[in-house]
Amino acid sequence: MIETVTLAQAGFPAAMHQITLAHYLFISGAMFMLGLIGFLTRRNLIITFLCTELMFQAAGLALVAFSRFHMNMTGQSFVIFIVTVAAAEAAMALALVVLLFRKRESLDAAEWQEMKG
Amino acid sequence: MLTSDSLLTLGAATAAKAPIIAGDPLALLIPAMPILGVIICTLCGIFGVRNKLPAFATVLCLAVSFAVTAKLFMGHDGGVSIATGFEWMSLAWGEGQGQRLVADFSLYLDSLTILWMLFVTGLATLIALYASEYMSHDVGLGYCRFFAAFNLFVFSMACLVMGDNMLLLFLGWEGVGLCSYLLIGYFYKKPSAVAAAKKAFIMNRIGDVGLILGVMLTFVHFGSIEYREIFAACQPYIDLAKAGKFNEIPAIVQLIPILLAVGAFGKSAQLPLYVWLPDAMEGPTPVSALIHAATMVTAGVYLVARTYPLFLLSEYALPIVAWTGALTALVAATIGMAQFDIKRIMAYSTVSQLGYMFAGLGVLTSTGAAFHVVTHAFFKALLFLSCGAIMHGFAGQLDLRKLSGVGFMKGWGVVGLGMFVGCMNLAGFPFTAGYFSKDMILAEAFVTPGMAPIGWILLLTAGMTAYYTFRVFFRVVVGPMHYEPGDELHHAEDDSHGHGHGHHDAPAADAAHASDAAHGHSHTHDDHAHHEHGHGAHFHPHAPGWAINTVLATLSVLSIAAAGLYFVKSPYAGGHAHGGAVPGMVERSSAAFETPFSHHGAGGAGGESHDTIKEGGHEGADGKAPTHAAAGAPSFVPTAIAKAHGAEAHAGSFFGYDPHKAMYYVSGVVGFVGIFIAFILHYAGRRTAATARADALLPAVGPLAGWAQNKWYVDEFYDFLIRKPLWFFSNVFYIFDKLVIDGLVRLVGGIPRFIGAMVRPTQSGELHGYAAGMAAGVAVLLFLVFILTMR
Repeated sequence: MIETVTLAQAGFPAAMHQITLAHYLFISGAMFMLGLIGFLTRRNLIITFLCTELMFQAAGLALVAFSRFHMNMTGQSFVIFIVTVAAAEAAMALALVVLLFRKRESLDAAEWQEMKG
Repeated sequence: MLTSDSLLTLGAATAAKAPIIAGDPLALLIPAMPILGVIICTLCGIFGVRNKLPAFATVLCLAVSFAVTAKLFMGHDGGVSIATGFEWMSLAWGEGQGQRLVADFSLYLDSLTILWMLFVTGLATLIALYASEYMSHDVGLGYCRFFAAFNLFVFSMACLVMGDNMLLLFLGWEGVGLCSYLLIGYFYKKPSAVAAAKKAFIMNRIGDVGLILGVMLTFVHFGSIEYREIFAACQPYIDLAKAGKFNEIPAIVQLIPILLAVGAFGKSAQLPLYVWLPDAMEGPTPVSALIHAATMVTAGVYLVARTYPLFLLSEYALPIVAWTGALTALVAATIGMAQFDIKRIMAYSTVSQLGYMFAGLGVLTSTGAAFHVVTHAFFKALLFLSCGAIMHGFAGQLDLRKLSGVGFMKGWGVVGLGMFVGCMNLAGFPFTAGYFSKDMILAEAFVTPGMAPIGWILLLTAGMTAYYTFRVFFRVVVGPMHYEPGDELHHAEDDSHGHGHGHHDAPAADAAHASDAAHGHSHTHDDHAHHEHGHGAHFHPHAPGWAINTVLATLSVLSIAAAGLYFVKSPYAGGHAHGGAVPGMVERSSAAFETPFSHHGAGGAGGESHDTIKEGGHEGADGKAPTHAAAGAPSFVPTAIAKAHGAEAHAGSFFGYDPHKAMYYVSGVVGFVGIFIAFILHYAGRRTAATARADALLPAVGPLAGWAQNKWYVDEFYDFLIRKPLWFFSNVFYIFDKLVIDGLVRLVGGIPRFIGAMVRPTQSGELHGYAAGMAAGVAVLLFLVFILTMR
């Protein structure tokens, strides 16, 4: 069983005592699951892509939370990099989506099945 | 003399390494000059020389070789010497006997080698001169190709004959086979020539299996493939054979000569393997004359003569050789009697005469066999070249039913004379060279105990030989003048064998001629006024030029002069062999009965001068052998050795007479009878070219004539016995391969293919499919982690 440690125990100001690591992880997990469900159910390439961003940021949120929880700032600096990379990647991905759209005049992911074995 | 005697003592005593007597290094020029010729001809081919330069370069190179050989002959004392060229192969492993293989490019110079090289280089020079004219229609690349192969042949023959070890012999053996293949297939656009070339090559390979196994066994048993060491090492066995103790000689040693004989039978066209030689006549005639009559086909005889000491070690080897030779002589003669193509008749006569030579070797007259090789080389080359001149002049006509009276036509006198001299020799007309050499073999067959049947077969064959030889002569050379051109005018322009001489380039043989020929209708000419016949209107026979006439005249003179060899004394001191110069040379070589180390008269046969150095162990052996012979000659080889030691007189007889004396008369009469029959049947009263009295006899012999004309269906028999089953089994194996082997391979290949087909649907190509798979995988992993950590 994972041992639950409250922010109060970690020496945080009282105003924040009610928001524990578990809250953050819950939010993170919820975001990830929403992204995953969106990714699996939607066929629009842009939505699919946004869903991956959602999952990505969910992971980032978990990383920040843990970083803060362990009072180790490495995790937070990682997240800054992740956000930067995600921005670049978003630009790339949207450009790809535009190109794909130009080829088929559609954003339906099912249009692209060249990898079928 | 010192040479051979020192070899003897060492060989007999310890079988140790024999000392090398350095030979004249000039001898190396003999193989070197033809190689120079090959290079010149190749360069001519590369630079597109379009004149007769390759021919005259060849003649020059070969003449130098001949001159060197002649010089060696002049300076030769009858001993063995070795001219070392360069180290060719020298391998050593381990320490024991047979673990060192030495095969240098060295030349073994003894009288046998020199004898062989004398006629090989001499005839090659003459025939090259002949070919310079004969091949003139092909001046250009084909001419260069021809003479390059010609030179290569002489080089290979020199390796074969002069090599001091069996490997060099084998190199030459395969080299002459290759050149034979190249030259038979010279007209490579002619399917029959290509087929003949392949046939010759493949048949020879069959024999070569025997040869190479023999060489290997020799190495395995004697630990060397150098002649001088083999001969030294086999001395103890010779002594055993002398005493008749064949069961003490290892079987492996007795097997060697039989295997070597198989090789010899292949190369020299003997009975099971002779069928390639008649087909080899597809090559240009100079090639037929040099390679397939005079020199290459005698390589088998040379092999047996060279390794004669080994042949004495087996009770069966020489009888096998004798019987094969005699039967070949007979069978080939019967076929020759029924053929119509004069070149083919000559081919069968070559097979037949080679049979004589083998029979001679087998009945212990290696001297007679070698003498016959020499005389046959001259007169058979002469006959072939005369036939070639006719073929050349009459546009490829070789059918004796379509030529007549050629010898009396203007410009054909030399050819007629050449044919006459050659035929007289081949028929064994008294006092010709062929008569003396054939007599030696015939007489020895009656001398040697147990070999009289061979003598009778050979005597019968001699009569048949005289008949078929003079059948050609009486049909083609004399009689009413008539000719029909052959069919080679049509393709004078292409690379086939026509000749592009300007004066008969019109397509002469027209449809009328073809139909005439088909109906067997013949045209008789009493003069050259053949223009009255539509078919001959544009054709003039093309009489031979100076080169061909010179060569034919020279060979005629040499063939006649060869008879003189019988009366000339042995060129070496101390020789005694009956039969003149050639036997005198042979008895000093390894082809002598005993060993190369013997002077063959050591026992003092017939009051011969006794060699002073012959003492010790050898003398003891000498004492034994005649005793054995006197005891009734229980075995074949002791007889041979006894014969070598003077027991000759009471060894055999011909109806109570000395066979040597009797044969002078008997074989002369047999030859006369053969010629007379040919005269009656093919000359007397003959008015046309196509028919003769012999035709009236055809019904009397029933189907025999047809069978003989079809070569006793031997080719068909081989086809049925070997080719057809081979074809059948090839097909069976092909099907097996297709169904079973390929099936297994396909099965193995099919398994991954099946698995692939099974899992392929998972690769849907849809983004969401992959995503779902990934998610499911992560879910499963998480679930597993959860389960495991819960525990």
